[in-house]
Amino acid sequence: MDFLSACVIAAGVTMGLGSLGPGIGGGNAVGKAVEGVARNPGASGKILTTMMIGFAMIESIAIYALVISLIILYANPYKEAGLKALEHIAK
Amino acid sequence: MVHPFLFLQFLRDILTPILFPAAVKAGGEALKTAHTSVDTITYTWLVMAILIILSILATKGLKNMPGKLQNFMELIVGGIEKTVADTMGKHGLPFFPLIATLFLFILVCNLVSLLPGFYPPTGNLNTTAALAIIVFTSTHVVGVKEHGFSYVKHFLGPVWWLAWLIFFVEAIGHLSRVLSLSLRLFGNIGGHEIVVMVFFAIAPFFAPLIMTALGLLVCIIQSIVFMMLAMMYILGAVEEAH
Repeated sequence: MDFLSACVIAAGVTMGLGSLGPGIGGGNAVGKAVEGVARNPGASGKILTTMMIGFAMIESIAIYALVISLIILYANPYKEAGLKALEHIAK
Repeated sequence: MVHPFLFLQFLRDILTPILFPAAVKAGGEALKTAHTSVDTITYTWLVMAILIILSILATKGLKNMPGKLQNFMELIVGGIEKTVADTMGKHGLPFFPLIATLFLFILVCNLVSLLPGFYPPTGNLNTTAALAIIVFTSTHVVGVKEHGFSYVKHFLGPVWWLAWLIFFVEAIGHLSRVLSLSLRLFGNIGGHEIVVMVFFAIAPFFAPLIMTALGLLVCIIQSIVFMMLAMMYILGAVEEAH
């Protein structure tokens, strides 16, 4: 496997696994919020803002995964070394 | 990743040789990075111009019976003031200018990205890192101002024999705030920009519209989240040590 395809696969796996946990967590948060609104519709405004803040926190974990995969794709610090190692192996 | 088309692109040729002479000489990848930086700078100027002109127009002839623009601006500023008062209580009012400035700047930066041919300055990590460092610094300045030397107690935990460990944990926690604040905003806006670009490449006419509609939500929520977190951090520094 050459260096570039390894990078692309790593970026895809990072994004896929990284959004798995936040997806479950976000679903939990929204489910509980809906439950809360169903029990007490009067508190829906406060629940909505609290949920939004918490949801942004949960979502930021997926965003970190996105940033990591962007770094792997566009700003890989080991690009030079990886390409040089490949050349060495090819020789 | 350089934007395919921008309205302020013509400023690149003028500004890049002045601001980044080394990158022009080097060419290639360095020149691309320099172009992205110049785009960020020019669009930050655009956002500043929008905010300054809007506020001058809105406050030029203040009336008791507000006109359309004054009414609109009063609604926004009043809403921010109410949020600050609700979240921070009696400590909140001195920090209203800082919080409102952060919110309005980030909101306009984000919303600019929804127009085709406009680059959001918050889609560049340098802008968001600068904003996060402003929040971080003001948090600790406020803490030292409020408590003096006993601000150290915030970092030492409840028991003296565990203080050395708590100090390191707290220090890492405080430093990671900068990272998370800046990366959250950058990831959301930059990611949205990339998704719209990819959809535009697939089907230029209708597909980006869906992501743009979602992006409107993301833009507003992210600016509110940044404001909320800034308020929480400052509030944590103002309050007594737990």
